Amino acid sequence: MNPEIVFQTRGLTKVYDMGEVQVHALRGIDLELYAGELVVLLGASGSGKSTLVNILGGLDTATDGEVFYRGRELTRADDRELTEYRRHHVGFVFQFYNLIPSLTARENVAIVTEIARNPMTPEEALELVGLGDRKDSFPAQLSGGQQQRVAIARAIAKQPSVLLCDEPTGALDSKTGVIVLEALERVNRELKTTTVIITHNAVQADMAERIIYLSDGLVTRIRRNAEKKAARDLSW
Amino acid sequence: MVNMMKALDRKMLRDLWGMRGQAVAIVFVILSGVATYVSMTSVMDALQRSLDMYYTDYRFADGFATVRRAPDQLIGRIREVPGVGLAETRVVSGVNLEVPGFDEPVSGSIVSIPEGRQPTLNRLFIREGRLVQPGREGEVVLNEPFAEAHDLHPGDRIVAILNGRYRDLRVVGVALSPEFIMQLEPGSVFPDPQRYGVMWMGRTALEAAYDMDGAFNDLVFTLAPGADEDDVIDRLDMLLRPYGGHGAYGRSDQPSHFFITEEFRQLERTSSILPVIFLAVAAFLLNIVITRLISLQREQIAVLKAFGYTNTDIGIHYAKLVMVIAVAGAAAGAVLGLWMGRGLGRIYLQYYRFPYLEYTLNPGVVFTATALTIGASLAGVLQAVRRAVMLPPAEAMRPAPPASYRATIVERLGLQRYFDQPTRMIMRELERRPVKALLTVLGISSSCAILIMGLFFGDSFDYVIHVQYGLAQRESLTVTFTEPTSTAAICELRGLPGVLYAEPFRTVPVKLRHGHRSYQTGIEGIPDDPYLRSLIDIDLEPVEIPPEGLVLTDRLAGILDVRPGEDVVVEVQEGSRYTRSVPVAGLTSQFIGIAAYMDMQAANRLTGIGMAFSGAFLMIDKNREREITRTLSERPRVAGIVSQERAIEAFRETTAQTMLTYTFILSLFAGVIAFGVVYNSARISLSERDRELASLRVLGFTRGEVAYILLGELAVLVLLSIPLGFVLGSGASAALVRALQTDLYQLPFVLGRSTLGLAGLIVLASAVASALIVKWRLNRLDLVGVLKTRE
Repeated sequence: MNPEIVFQTRGLTKVYDMGEVQVHALRGIDLELYAGELVVLLGASGSGKSTLVNILGGLDTATDGEVFYRGRELTRADDRELTEYRRHHVGFVFQFYNLIPSLTARENVAIVTEIARNPMTPEEALELVGLGDRKDSFPAQLSGGQQQRVAIARAIAKQPSVLLCDEPTGALDSKTGVIVLEALERVNRELKTTTVIITHNAVQADMAERIIYLSDGLVTRIRRNAEKKAARDLSW
Repeated sequence: MVNMMKALDRKMLRDLWGMRGQAVAIVFVILSGVATYVSMTSVMDALQRSLDMYYTDYRFADGFATVRRAPDQLIGRIREVPGVGLAETRVVSGVNLEVPGFDEPVSGSIVSIPEGRQPTLNRLFIREGRLVQPGREGEVVLNEPFAEAHDLHPGDRIVAILNGRYRDLRVVGVALSPEFIMQLEPGSVFPDPQRYGVMWMGRTALEAAYDMDGAFNDLVFTLAPGADEDDVIDRLDMLLRPYGGHGAYGRSDQPSHFFITEEFRQLERTSSILPVIFLAVAAFLLNIVITRLISLQREQIAVLKAFGYTNTDIGIHYAKLVMVIAVAGAAAGAVLGLWMGRGLGRIYLQYYRFPYLEYTLNPGVVFTATALTIGASLAGVLQAVRRAVMLPPAEAMRPAPPASYRATIVERLGLQRYFDQPTRMIMRELERRPVKALLTVLGISSSCAILIMGLFFGDSFDYVIHVQYGLAQRESLTVTFTEPTSTAAICELRGLPGVLYAEPFRTVPVKLRHGHRSYQTGIEGIPDDPYLRSLIDIDLEPVEIPPEGLVLTDRLAGILDVRPGEDVVVEVQEGSRYTRSVPVAGLTSQFIGIAAYMDMQAANRLTGIGMAFSGAFLMIDKNREREITRTLSERPRVAGIVSQERAIEAFRETTAQTMLTYTFILSLFAGVIAFGVVYNSARISLSERDRELASLRVLGFTRGEVAYILLGELAVLVLLSIPLGFVLGSGASAALVRALQTDLYQLPFVLGRSTLGLAGLIVLASAVASALIVKWRLNRLDLVGVLKTRE
């Protein structure tokens, strides 16, 4: 079987101009990601993982190189096209949740479902991450893990074809982290969403189909897991 | 449950609730701007409309003429003059009155009206009682200000000296007339309804009293549509000359109309300039505040973008947020403005005595104010959102890289050892974001500036009083004689116990004419070396009085359209009533009053009576004022005693009071604006830097030290703003005074230290109050929460 390619990058480069210094975050990445797979991007802090995912998600633009999403060249898209792309195809989960503090859990999800083409209801999405009973809580009333699961519900409610998660457990303890990973695993399994999880935690790599190692802005290695572990069996 | 409201709208409402303190402060800023604009503009509009309606409804004449005596039959020929519409003849005369219970002399004008009906032109609005009835002699209708000043009502009696004979007059009505809206005694610029009044009497009775049977001495007329006023006046002058015509004149030269037009013009200027400045300042402040407020939401904007919201969606979202505030402020401001406008209208109504005030909502005014407010708010949103969406969302969500601070000038100069770390943080913050600091300073200083603009009028009025009554007029009592009196009377006054000095004065009642323009006033005879009443101009320079010729105030010269070197015709209104041609020797500029001056001896020569005095200025022992007043009032030849203080009071009560009510409102709003701006600046600074400040707390800084870093910056900005506000305020006030110059008043630009002090104090007080609120919030800063939820 030849799996469908969702993302393809060629010579992807990103240089940050930080005023007095230039930071080379990506130094020419060539990569392919396939439909429905769960990929873990593994690398130390500063290896370029977030930059890569942000560019894939249309949150950032590349300095050089090309990115294709299902054959569409993202690197040539303008702001309007990128917005359109994010609105209908991509779900994001951030390390610091980035929930809107003035909205309840349900409303934080609704803010996405209201502009999506074929969303599930906010209630369904929250049910899927095991928060059916906390729908009306505000972010400040939820624990970190719960907040992150609201963020996941928000990301998947539009039924995106890709889910990009930047250190989703980075701010959580191990036990809570596992619950969040379980939610991601379930989404990947049940909705067949291509899922990319960034982490610097090697243990989490065990739940992926493929592990992509990044170091200093380059892909150093790609490994395929012979057998993926269930998220609940992980611990760190 | 069906949730009708969009999540984004909920966010908007909750954000609004979360920032309610700031929102309310902004609402107040807008409210102040809009209310000022709406009230001042609408009241002006209402006044002008009421005046126009009053004139139309009560058929105010377009033209006026006086003759010595003309037969009634002439009216037929007058009506045939091309361009004359309606015409009506009258008998009008000056009159001396005695009002029971009022010791001072009262003069007035008595105007005839047909018995039993309204006149054709210049109709009366009856407030109380009725018009005069045919066959009943001695009935009069009083002009309301005069009746009110003496508490006279239908049924009361007054005594008039008509043509030298005492007549007992019965008041049957109290009325208003478009002809005497400003009831001004010839020669004065402020109405003094206690000492001068207008009244109406039946034509037959007045004809009899003045031996004018079958004749008239006054004509009022309207112009036919399309008629040329000058042409009609020329033709009438030709017709009336054989009957001692003094020259007809149009409405624009009619004293009441002239004064009211001048006053309206001044009001119009004030009410078009000040509120616009107010609104502009409010809009500017709004723009700054909103730009900063939305900049705080940079990360949330990035999140929304990450989820696929377009820039337009986001722009609309914040526009809605701001619109709620702007519309609330504008609506409340419009309502308050209309309410205040009505109140202000009532004050003016009392002053001008229109029968009604045509106060209606002018949608254009409200629309302009609202549009400007919303425009300024939206511009702020646009700027802020544009800045926020310019960054790719990934970058906007990332904690901003450490801002590049650098050593400040102070440190580069090697002075850092004089400052501790927190102080250096304040200095670096200021130097790093000079634009932000500058905008804050501009905002606070403009609120200080509008405070000054509202407050300085008081200083200017005080200065006028100081110059007019302190420097120029140093007497404490003015005594007027019933008729011109010899030097002996002055000596007698000097001999009274308690009188320190008596300086005689001479006022010759005259009518000045130049071409077809005329003005009734008194020529003031100035002694050679006056001590109590020196004549000074606006530059505080003494006015030189030549031995011959008149010195006119520039405004009187303007009214008569005469230049130095030209002659004016002086019709003396006493003694043998000579008419002479006198050259205008010079002009002088004075703050208030239209006056004509002449050397005292020359003035006396004009009358042909010889050396005589109308009265004297007295300098007295203040402790004996009561005694002196009593002695003087018993003297038969003393017609009146006016105390200096009362004159000042009268001045304050009229123009000054109207003006000061107005400026009080302005100052109040300026104070609100100042508070709104300072509070928002402080509050936003807190939001911008809460992480940094919380980190410092975590590191062991005390609350006081952390507050010092935040509030120290505010303090520096406020302290910089105040002097700048003084400069801006002085400049704007000076410009305002220039714009307010009219023929009638010439308000000097004077800015007292206490006004500056008060303006500065209000800004400081706003700053302290804001600082306290912010300090309170700072104390409640959730240290861990702030550090955890972001980055």
